[in-house]
Amino acid sequence: MTDQNNESISRIVQHYDGKPEMLVQILQSIVQAHGWVSEDTIRKLAGALNLSRADVHGVVEYYHDFRTEKPGKHIVKICQAEACQAMGSRELTAHAEDSVDGSVTLEPVYCLGNCACAPAVMMNGKTHGRVSADRFDTLLSSLQEAK
Amino acid sequence: MPATKIYVPRETTSVSVGADEVALAIARQAKKTGAKIQLIRNGSWGACWLEPLVEVEVDGVRIAYGNVTPEDVPALFEAGLGGKHDKCLGPVNEIDYLVSQDRWTFWRCGLTDPLSLEDFLAHQGFKALQKAWDIGADAVISEVTESGLRGRGGAGFPAGIKWRTVADAEGDQKYIACNADEGDSGTFSDRMLMEGDPFGLIEAMAIAGYAVGASKAYIYLRSEYPLTHMILSRALDTAREAGWLGDDIQGSGFNFDIDLHLGAGSYVCGEETAMLESLEGKKGIVRYKPPLPAHEGLFGKPTVVNNVVTLASVPNIINLGGERYAGMGVNRSTGTLAFQLAGNIKRGGLVEKSFGITLRELIEGYGGGTASGRPVKAVQVGGPLGAYLPDSQLDIRLDYEAFTEISAMIGHGGIVVFDDTADMAQQARFAMEFCAIESCGKCTPCRIGSTRGVEVIDRMINDEKRDENYDLLVELCDTMEDASLCAMGGMTPYPVRSVLKHFAEDFASGGQK
Repeated sequence: MTDQNNESISRIVQHYDGKPEMLVQILQSIVQAHGWVSEDTIRKLAGALNLSRADVHGVVEYYHDFRTEKPGKHIVKICQAEACQAMGSRELTAHAEDSVDGSVTLEPVYCLGNCACAPAVMMNGKTHGRVSADRFDTLLSSLQEAK
Repeated sequence: MPATKIYVPRETTSVSVGADEVALAIARQAKKTGAKIQLIRNGSWGACWLEPLVEVEVDGVRIAYGNVTPEDVPALFEAGLGGKHDKCLGPVNEIDYLVSQDRWTFWRCGLTDPLSLEDFLAHQGFKALQKAWDIGADAVISEVTESGLRGRGGAGFPAGIKWRTVADAEGDQKYIACNADEGDSGTFSDRMLMEGDPFGLIEAMAIAGYAVGASKAYIYLRSEYPLTHMILSRALDTAREAGWLGDDIQGSGFNFDIDLHLGAGSYVCGEETAMLESLEGKKGIVRYKPPLPAHEGLFGKPTVVNNVVTLASVPNIINLGGERYAGMGVNRSTGTLAFQLAGNIKRGGLVEKSFGITLRELIEGYGGGTASGRPVKAVQVGGPLGAYLPDSQLDIRLDYEAFTEISAMIGHGGIVVFDDTADMAQQARFAMEFCAIESCGKCTPCRIGSTRGVEVIDRMINDEKRDENYDLLVELCDTMEDASLCAMGGMTPYPVRSVLKHFAEDFASGGQK
């Protein structure tokens, strides 16, 4: 993850032709590149898209994907929805909370669409199925070893 | 000797349980042994419990191997490709789970290479679009109307009527907006279709655009589906390069293009007006209706909003006729639905069947019961806003109206099974909690009611003033149901009430009076 500098933000805005109706897409690209949206970026976007800061802020706050705090090195999302609950996601989440260190940001997600092979976990953008506590530990270590 | 074709799915579920690693192991083993192979990354057939499902083509027959791991690969080569192995399931087209289905919409899924336009064209690709141009827009809409096809996103609104409304609406610009924000837990049919047959969706959207006079379309894809995004993006680029999207498609004079937009983790954006707001770059706040999106939709223009599977059902309706589609199913629930067996189920996956099948036939016949081997306690149909059904309701035929009668819904066809260890009071609590997390906040019953609902249920679980809290919860459900702006607040009471009705014993000392 790199700094949310002027150049990077304006490159993303330009990619979407600076259109205000592309705000959700622009923010999604920023989060994919940088992991989060800083207060400074919100200010830059408001200027570049000719929107009020409140407008941009409102959109950022509304969507779960748009983090406003810098996440850890790894992002681990454990599905908390019903199909995964039926296969022990609550227990898996408790296990994960006990297992991870500061390099990992744990987040809830409501359905990864992998409901026939529950419980499902997404690690750094990759979805894993049939995740037992043991498999979670294995996947997590290989994630951390990969650097 | 020609190269042996080996199929390994590139689809979220199969990849989530190791398909990429298996594909890599196969490529390495082929290199090591000098075997001549052609590795094809197909879509999934939908037998998720068998994933990764590898197929080896021998004399034109595709031999299937289930639950293949990278460690199995050397033995598969040693046995002679397509030969005997513990994991061999025989020809894929003889697997009962698959051959007994009514594959109308998903027939290409698993069969073809989703990113090969050549393969798509060799399997009826764009035939329906060309037929649509021949018969004309009006006849296309008539076929869709005659088919009885209803919206597969959950609401079940007749697609033909929606298309006719948009076709008749005044407007210099009209839009097709494909709802691919498949947020209901237990559902993955949109995803499997987009990953397994992306050109099929592109063709379907072009037909819709031609029928109603829309030159511009959007796919609103949820961000939780990164692999789907990659596959769809590539398919859209390929279609554009080959002249199947853009101006004057294949010299027909028809202009049509599709933009792919990503959601950002909001469940409510699956509601059509919230989705339109999000497509306009705004917060996904639900709009008041009327005006209907068919009259004033995206950027205020007439817009067809259809779910992925609804659209993808259309090409075969054009190819084979609306009458044939209408001949399947029961009553006003015509055609097929891609049911999705999920949660605690032994043989989870996608089962496309005509309406009229029962939940028991799906769960026991196809699904083989629970994964844990314990008795089924409850089945949630239709996502987080769907009722929890007890065993006694599993023999009701799947039909939109029959489900409405029992205060349940079929929704997007997701079927989530729970075994007897499930605590249904917690599930009722979760229904309210989920609504509190995902409410767009526009209307009070949903925004505030859901939070109050969690509190009331917590008190019931803790056995505080249970009679009083029971009455309060019922009253709260009435308010949310009657006064919410959309299905989020309006249907959250469904799972809650179903738990009160069928599983009251799960509240500490019985929530029921």
